[in-house]
Amino acid sequence: MSLQLVCPAGSLPALKAAIDHDADAVYVGLKDNTNARNFAGLNFDDQTLAEGIRYAHARGRQVLMALNTYPQPGQVERWRAAVDRAAAAGVDAVILADAGLMAYAVERHPRLRLHLSVQGSATNYEAIEFYRERFGIRRAVLPRVLSLAQVEQVVKNTRVEIELFGFGGLCVMVEGRCLLSSYACGASPNTFGACSPAHAVRWQDTARGMETRLNGILIDRYAPQEKAGYPTLCKGRFTVAGETYYALEEPTSLNTLELLPQMLKMGIAAIKIEGRQRSPAYVAQVTRVWRQAIDAVVRDPDRFAVQAAWMAELDKLSEGRMHTLGAYYRPWK
Amino acid sequence: MRLALGPLLYYWPREETLAFYEAAADWPVDIVYLGETVCSRRHLLRLNDWLALADRLLAANKEVALSTLPLVESESDLKAMRRLIAHVAEHKEAQRGHLRVEANDWGAVRLAVKAGIPFVAGPTLNVYNPDTLGLLAELGAVRWVPPVEMSRDMLAAMPVPAGVETEVFAYGRLPLAYSARCFTARHYNLQKDDCQFRCLDHPDGLRLATREGEDFLTLNGIQTQSGRVHSLAHHLPELRGVQVLRLSPQHRHMQRVVTLFRALLDGTLPPAEAAAALQRWMPGQTCDGYWLGRAGHQLGMV
Repeated sequence: MSLQLVCPAGSLPALKAAIDHDADAVYVGLKDNTNARNFAGLNFDDQTLAEGIRYAHARGRQVLMALNTYPQPGQVERWRAAVDRAAAAGVDAVILADAGLMAYAVERHPRLRLHLSVQGSATNYEAIEFYRERFGIRRAVLPRVLSLAQVEQVVKNTRVEIELFGFGGLCVMVEGRCLLSSYACGASPNTFGACSPAHAVRWQDTARGMETRLNGILIDRYAPQEKAGYPTLCKGRFTVAGETYYALEEPTSLNTLELLPQMLKMGIAAIKIEGRQRSPAYVAQVTRVWRQAIDAVVRDPDRFAVQAAWMAELDKLSEGRMHTLGAYYRPWK
Repeated sequence: MRLALGPLLYYWPREETLAFYEAAADWPVDIVYLGETVCSRRHLLRLNDWLALADRLLAANKEVALSTLPLVESESDLKAMRRLIAHVAEHKEAQRGHLRVEANDWGAVRLAVKAGIPFVAGPTLNVYNPDTLGLLAELGAVRWVPPVEMSRDMLAAMPVPAGVETEVFAYGRLPLAYSARCFTARHYNLQKDDCQFRCLDHPDGLRLATREGEDFLTLNGIQTQSGRVHSLAHHLPELRGVQVLRLSPQHRHMQRVVTLFRALLDGTLPPAEAAAALQRWMPGQTCDGYWLGRAGHQLGMV
């Protein structure tokens, strides 16, 4: 049994950090809205991509490229060109969400390995089989909405490899089917490649406390002793029927270390770590912990135990210093 | 241009739902979408009830589309989807094009293709470009509903294949997001598996406001909707390339909304007047930002 560790690389230094700490694969994006981490100062151009691929391949690791936003009329050529650039650079797979772009990739680059992105919103095996029959996808990344029993049902009914999110930022909505960000500020992950983008964020110190706003909409307000967080809009405090609380989700991270034995046994192919927007130091720390955990579970799944030191290190890195099993654990729903 | 009554997004008592569609049989809408499109736990109407309603509305000369769930998680969700598609495939009205499936997930597209039936490509398929729309047309899509965030400029730049109609979400609270988590249950500190069907207490959803009291979103079980009511009534002249306008059901005054849109299409009521009259029957403030290529909650009116 094996379980691939797929780590985020928002920059060349982050890519090297992940490889140096023994990630099996890294995933990267280009410097524009062809991927869902379209942040200033992040991502790769052709030169850094070539260097990153050389670095990874020299050490026997893989580079996957996320092209997981939706091409829009009049701009489809840019997404197609991105697929061409990925293929020319020699990436090991492209991670796509849009069916039209998959059709292009299959036609132009028949030997290019295709993964279905989490942004493709495939939560069931009928959807995954659609992409396999049509485009020959080899792997699907599941949205963070299924319970572990439901994940197992998917694995049993398709020969497409299944990749699961293991750690990092937690989308509480089905990825690819969340327009909250564009409703608030005009830019959504599907088209713009970012949720709650920095250009729409304002921090204001007021008499009532630190306020965080997204395009003018109050996302949260913090008392003096509270640590203010980034205003990701599903993790703000809002008022429903007179009660003010985290109405959608707390500022918390996904951490599934304790589920590793079950994931391994049900035949999950890969674990993905979220966080291309995070620093190389963060990538190094998270990769190191997950490498140890995956090695331990593959060695002996029945005697696998989560080490307290792993959890302590990951909690230090987590949003709000809290973690959850998310939807994998049914009561979360 | 035709009018469609979109799928009911809320959970109402059985008798109310049946009465709503009984009334709708006499409203001036051309197409009615039926079926549960939010949460598979909602069971006051079973598939057979929806199928009976479909026959009732077909008999009233409506075109009917049975909508599939956008978020398909369990084997029982898949079974329900297969039954629905099999039913349409065998129905005599399907051959005449009066009964369709609205595929709201690519799994439903696969099943419709396998069953050899044409389908409506629903708004959650994420059709943002001509390549994907072309693929769906090739697979049997006879109509498509763009993502609700698609602007007029983006839509105008979309070449639509021959034989495919465009249907735009023109009125109602916008369905913005789907989750595994139920936010209505969460509000009541209940788990989803034991939600006690609290959605029934909120026939137009549960209002979510910012901490300064501004309407922002609406909680509707696992679905999150806009707080404001999206309306394109005043944009009618820009909707020329569109064949169908979708009006999303609300708990009260839906007949008035439908009648106003009908008058608008018939040219008996100018857009500005229709828009003003609609304000009275909306369960919230108006927005049209998406259509203008801005933030969805904004109101531009341009």
